Amino acid sequence: MIKVNSKDFEWEEGLTVQKLLDKKKYTFPKIYVTINGEIVEKEEYDITLIKDGDDVKVIHLLAGG
Amino acid sequence: MDVKALKAAHKLLAEYKYEPAKLKKGYTDKTLYINIGDNRIEAKDVPASMKEKFIGGKGYGLKYLWDATTPETKWNDPENEIVIAGGPLCGITQYPGAGKSLVVTISPMTDIPIDSNVGGYFGPYLKFSGWDALEIQGKAKEDIIIYIDGNNGVIRIDEAPLEAIDGHVVSEELTEMYADSEEDKKNISVISAGTAANHANIGLLNFSFYDIRRRVARLKQAGRGGIGRVLRDKKIKAIVIKFKGTKGDLNKPANQSLINKAGIKLHKQIHDYDDVQCRMRQIGTANIIEVMDEYDLLPTHNYQYGNHPDTHKIASNVFVEKYITQGMPDGCWFGCSLSCAKAADNFELKTGSYKGHKVTIDGPEYENAAGLGSNCGIFDPEMILEANFYCDTYGVDTISFGTICAFAMECYERGIINKEITGGLELKFGNAIAQLELLHQMSRGEGFGALIGLGVKQLKRIFVEEHGADPDFLNDIGMEQKGLEVSEYLPKESLAQQGGYGLTNKGPQHDEAWLIFMDMVNNQIPTFEDKAEALHYFPMFRTWFGLMGLCKLPWNDTSPPDNHLTDEPAKMPEHVQHYVNIYNGVTGSNIDKDELILQSERIYNFQRIFNIRRGKGLRKHDAMPYRAIGPVTFEEYESRKERYDQQLKDLLDYNPEGKTTEEKIKIMREYRLNQYELLTDAVYKRRGWTPNGVPTIEHLSKIGMELPELVEVVKNHI
Ligand code: SF4
Repeated sequence: MIKVNSKDFEWEEGLTVQKLLDKKKYTFPKIYVTINGEIVEKEEYDITLIKDGDDVKVIHLLAGG
Repeated sequence: MDVKALKAAHKLLAEYKYEPAKLKKGYTDKTLYINIGDNRIEAKDVPASMKEKFIGGKGYGLKYLWDATTPETKWNDPENEIVIAGGPLCGITQYPGAGKSLVVTISPMTDIPIDSNVGGYFGPYLKFSGWDALEIQGKAKEDIIIYIDGNNGVIRIDEAPLEAIDGHVVSEELTEMYADSEEDKKNISVISAGTAANHANIGLLNFSFYDIRRRVARLKQAGRGGIGRVLRDKKIKAIVIKFKGTKGDLNKPANQSLINKAGIKLHKQIHDYDDVQCRMRQIGTANIIEVMDEYDLLPTHNYQYGNHPDTHKIASNVFVEKYITQGMPDGCWFGCSLSCAKAADNFELKTGSYKGHKVTIDGPEYENAAGLGSNCGIFDPEMILEANFYCDTYGVDTISFGTICAFAMECYERGIINKEITGGLELKFGNAIAQLELLHQMSRGEGFGALIGLGVKQLKRIFVEEHGADPDFLNDIGMEQKGLEVSEYLPKESLAQQGGYGLTNKGPQHDEAWLIFMDMVNNQIPTFEDKAEALHYFPMFRTWFGLMGLCKLPWNDTSPPDNHLTDEPAKMPEHVQHYVNIYNGVTGSNIDKDELILQSERIYNFQRIFNIRRGKGLRKHDAMPYRAIGPVTFEEYESRKERYDQQLKDLLDYNPEGKTTEEKIKIMREYRLNQYELLTDAVYKRRGWTPNGVPTIEHLSKIGMELPELVEVVKNHI
């Protein structure tokens, strides 16, 4: 199990940031991703593996309006 | 078009000559008062106290409207005013998005003040012509045109019997009439409404700007709340302004370099990143159609659902590739490099009074595609563009129209109304031709279309009184609050956004706060206090754009590349600092980001008390229809059964196994309505209001707004 934006999410072997975004259908272009507080650069979404128990944040930057 | 003949038929009713006041630090400190009932034209001086508390733009509009009306004034009484004002930053050209006008009036939809923020060149030209605001009061006997010549200092009121009323025609006619040459046309801006605004309470105002490349007068809309209806009720065909000589420094700022620095930084950011961020330059606000669908937020079938398998047919790329001519960026005021205005040229109309005409259509904005399209089950881009065109030229608010139509379609599909009532129209979801026919009827003031133009609130009453509909069900599914239709986002899964719609001054328009991602997706504001903080900060921050004459898009539809590393990414701290800097640069003040919020808070509370003075603005007026909060019907629940069942388990510790859908809907409803009440408590507290939503005297004094006329109103409610 991992946390995505503070909510439980099923973890699986080989889960990359990109796979997670696809699964969650997070298609909005202005997002940033952190794993355990560390920023993951966009170019690395495909190759960055998420480990079981990680705390992932996918922050969508369209706020206030 | 023989504009000479049109002009020859004018009859001068009044003329006023003046020496245009010089601008200094963003202000002229003069405002223009025109009474079209007795053809009186006067200049007013702005007292220092008014400038200090009310700042400009919507602040000036509300102040003048308060002074001009009584609590009993109705929207169609002669003393109701239309006030148009930029603000101290309106008209600068170095920073994107600084050409907006704010329009204020008592709304025929809500019976309280409505304010609308609109592009086009009118606001800046009004200021350059010497006026910080324009107040129009009274009612003319025959159709008139008001003309302001800002270079020569002449104002005329003319009877004008021959000009068209529809926005796209009258804007062309008057641009042609008052310009000395093709080149001069960019110096003209026209405010008009349209034929539907003769009848429909959802009438809007069109503000023009001349597009030299396309050689056409383009239209931007002050859409919400029926201001166009008020204009036409006053028998104003148009207000025309002419000003030649626009330059970057006309505001005579105190410190030009502060403004330039902020501008250069933002221009570069837009240039470098817009293509990978919001693509505002390519497609404008329509970029989010498919995004909203993906996140289950695109209202479909009268807000029953949040996505639809056919959304791809109206995705932003379809409009870009097939309809939007010239892939080039397009701005509604000089210097806006975000340039989100878009147009489809040579679009051949298939229906209505202009059938066969080839026209330029501004849009589609996201709201139009969602309101006219998905919410009505319509996924045909050409039909959406055509409805968009007719809404604009007839002077109809696309958001209200879309939401009303969606409501009527649901009533039709559920057998609450039938063909006999609709005059033969088969008003099913997806029937785009029927939707267009409603617009054409509205423009003629006939048939079921005329009823549609009254809005959801009136329709609910008519369906109940005349057709025996169940009032509770209609109140659940009729997406209006305070008399204004909800704009085009599905807020069911975001409590904060339910508040962003419900706990507003003018009604459920998303321009106070759009918190869905922060709340529902990012989970950044989990507690009531967090949500209340957001529902304090964002509405106050965004009110400020309305005081200044600014567009909100350059604030958060582009972001600095390192924004996510800042303390509060959601607020866009770098952009907030730009705003502080350009304000200080223009006015010579020395405010910081907290004082910026304080400026807004004064006006926000003033507007709340204005509502209270008119017998509204209390807690009961902030309730939302249940469709905005949770699943009303069996189909809605079943369509997202897994989600709702899970929530019952997680949030309420309630086992959904073996329960009927009706039972589950009931439990869910009690829970969600209670959440909205708890949110309301938290927000009122944060805003310094009583549990009934009344600003306390202590709070007014804290924000420097303990004015006797305000205290007089609130003390009766405390
Ligand atoms: S962002 Fe768009 S609406 Fe705003 S000022 Fe620029 S062109 Fe106009």
